[in-house]
Amino acid sequence: MLLKAKLLGMAAAMALSAGAAHAQALVYCSEGSPEGFDPALYTAGTTFDASSHPVYNQLVEFKVGTTETQPGLAESYEVSEDGLKVTFHLRQGVKFHSNDQFTPTRDFNADDVIFTFDRQGNPENPYNQVSGGTWEYYTGMSMPELIKSMEKVDDYTVVFHLNRPEAPFIANMAMDFASIVSKEYADAMLAAGTPEMLNQAPIGTGPFVFQAYQKDAVVRYVRNGAYWGEPAKVEALIFAITPDASVRYQKLQAGECHVMAYPNPADIEAMKSDEGVKVLEQEGLNVGYLAYNTQVAPFDKPEVRKALNMAIDKQAIIDVVFQGSGQIAKNPIPPTMWSYSDATVDDAYDPEAAKKMLADAGVSDLSMKIWAMPVQRPYNPNARRMAELMQSDFAKVGVNVEIVSYEWGEYLERSKDTARDGAVLLGWTGDNGDPDNFLAVLLGCDAVGGSNRAQWCNEDFDKVVKAAKVTSDQAERTKLYEEAQAIFKDQAPWATIAHSVVFMVTRPEVDGYVVHPLGGHIFNQVGLK
Amino acid sequence: MLKYFASRLLTFIPTFIGVTLISFAFIRLLPGDPIIVMAGERGMSPERHAELTAQFGFDQPMYIQFWNYLTGVLHGDLGNSFVTKKPVWDEFFALFPATLELSICAMIFAVALGLPAGVIAAVNRGKFFDRTLMSTALIGYSMPIFWWALLLIIVFSGILKWTPVSGRIDLIYYFPNASGFMIYDALMSGQSGALWSAIRHLILPTIVLGTIPLAVIARQTRSAMLEVLGEDYIRTARAKGMSPARVNAVHALRNALIPVITVIGLSVGTLLAGAILTETIFSWPGIGKWMVDSIFRRDYPVVQGGLLLIAVMVMIVNLTVDVLYGIINPKIRKR
Repeated sequence: MLLKAKLLGMAAAMALSAGAAHAQALVYCSEGSPEGFDPALYTAGTTFDASSHPVYNQLVEFKVGTTETQPGLAESYEVSEDGLKVTFHLRQGVKFHSNDQFTPTRDFNADDVIFTFDRQGNPENPYNQVSGGTWEYYTGMSMPELIKSMEKVDDYTVVFHLNRPEAPFIANMAMDFASIVSKEYADAMLAAGTPEMLNQAPIGTGPFVFQAYQKDAVVRYVRNGAYWGEPAKVEALIFAITPDASVRYQKLQAGECHVMAYPNPADIEAMKSDEGVKVLEQEGLNVGYLAYNTQVAPFDKPEVRKALNMAIDKQAIIDVVFQGSGQIAKNPIPPTMWSYSDATVDDAYDPEAAKKMLADAGVSDLSMKIWAMPVQRPYNPNARRMAELMQSDFAKVGVNVEIVSYEWGEYLERSKDTARDGAVLLGWTGDNGDPDNFLAVLLGCDAVGGSNRAQWCNEDFDKVVKAAKVTSDQAERTKLYEEAQAIFKDQAPWATIAHSVVFMVTRPEVDGYVVHPLGGHIFNQVGLK
Repeated sequence: MLKYFASRLLTFIPTFIGVTLISFAFIRLLPGDPIIVMAGERGMSPERHAELTAQFGFDQPMYIQFWNYLTGVLHGDLGNSFVTKKPVWDEFFALFPATLELSICAMIFAVALGLPAGVIAAVNRGKFFDRTLMSTALIGYSMPIFWWALLLIIVFSGILKWTPVSGRIDLIYYFPNASGFMIYDALMSGQSGALWSAIRHLILPTIVLGTIPLAVIARQTRSAMLEVLGEDYIRTARAKGMSPARVNAVHALRNALIPVITVIGLSVGTLLAGAILTETIFSWPGIGKWMVDSIFRRDYPVVQGGLLLIAVMVMIVNLTVDVLYGIINPKIRKR
């Protein structure tokens, strides 16, 4: 009996997919395997591409192609005067997906919202320990300290009571870890003794229904016919997992996939002249920087830091280290982020002036260390090479540089030390598209000895950033952040080096693909001509 | 024969314990706290770090961690992956058939071409064919797998369009991969064209993975044949007027096979090492790539469990080779 049911299920799945694949299946050559399908458990973009984007929705969502938020599963929200109460009004009539083990009996409602966050924050929740849950993003975004309680007012109204006013909270609700899961499904799986299914066979409300995952090979989705928003343009979405970048390009050329992620920077030129493919590009939501230790002389003087900044030939770094897949950074936040200050004037590359400024500051025969990360990151594809270029740049202004490096874990730990000797190459990739996520996390006084690698605490800057955090009006926040960027540039705790440029390559028949500044690959709005 | 087999089997036990210890120690010898690596630039508070350390059991003394691991292994429990949270055992056996299928094809390719090539080269020693073959084998042996694979893809998939670029089967075919062996599953699926598609996908990876063993087997066969062909009994056989074909195939080859089989057995290790690169390039969902990813992620249970299982597989192959010796050469099993 069981076998028969299984066979029937298989036949149905086969019929569905064979038909779909012949008609309109969009094949995406992805760079790696998802770690699982419950986005709250993970932090990797590859996992989010396969889970939160196609399968789930969040209360608020990012407008594709921007860092701005728009209504998602919540039709609207209000923030109270004191900023301590956020009320979400939920969308009605939203259906969850179904699979072999589960068919929903009710629509999405407030219970699902509360369950989604409760399981991450409440150790008593039966799902708190399932799948070894460490809830990296939930804790990383300080949600346990921020959320005081959640209240279900009625089936379609949820109130979050906060411990302090925090404007970025709304953007946090659009993050992957805030993807709304079905409480009914979770309860059913718990009763069946298979709670891990929540992570292995996801049920969401999103534009695509998860169909199957064959480890390290293929992930399959079909269109959600009952989607509450604009339905997906293709009938099926297939991720062909292809770890090697050159092979992804070959597959794209051969028509084995329609869209590919992360081309080799060295191939970009050839791709641009290839008639058979389209190359899309956009700055990534990241910044690569050199952080001086502003608590150690002579780097405690802004003019010394500024002089060193002027000695760095950033264009050479973009050409050599990024091979063109980067853009000079003048602000600590990337240009795709709202409140980015166009007014900022970057420190011009001028070794002669730099030399003079150092002499005026009374600095001569300076020897320093530059720390080079041992790993490759989008914001810094080759830190060692970058450090070498800086070494020769600094030599031209009479500064002697020694390059040091440690194993990655050690590097991250030791660079936090306030007494650290040397300037550190590091960077940051944004989480929620909110400027606070860069300015407070990386440069705030509270982060000294932690993620503030410059160990820089400037009262004016800190005051402005903290004021922006508790203001909910975005126009007002923009003004404050522009002011913060001006203070930053004047004080120069970092040399801002580069933002990576993200390239996406598609076949010409692919229509409507937009590079998303937050780094995800989103296919709802993508069609095939 | 049975006694011989049993004695071979006994050597299994100390090797197994050694391998368990080495696989446990190996990943821990690498620098890098897995929890800090996991948190990355974002970092985490010391309290959170301590909490996670306790959750993963890293706060226990090393010998207790090893004891827990060893008792787990003896109960058939290799732990769960830190990343996917699934049992290592399940993941290994979900991926292993793909590696096995590819390795078997590569081995068949290497033996089917390498043996005759070696024999022909030996018989034609010093002639044009011999020289060409041996220099080709040297090139094959020294070829970087990565480069060779991309070259084949560009020529056969890109320019000639004879073979697909990567993967195990065309994506339009969709059936449960029940056994994990794509050829078998495609055959059983009853979908027309599936089997042919699966075979076409196997061609390039088989050639790439089989190239080094092919070169090794061809060279080994040639030298073993040359040695045997110089023996007195071959001269006797020839003097008796036997056909050269019979002398070469029956008298010479059978005796030359012993060192060749050793080489084939040893090639299994080479195949697994080659599988790492081959699988990465051809997007082949096998254990090679899984292991490498896990080392980078410091996924301890996968690395130690995977190493152990691979070692056991290699031990089984070696045992089989030893038994084969016994069959081919009765002198060995009597020792």
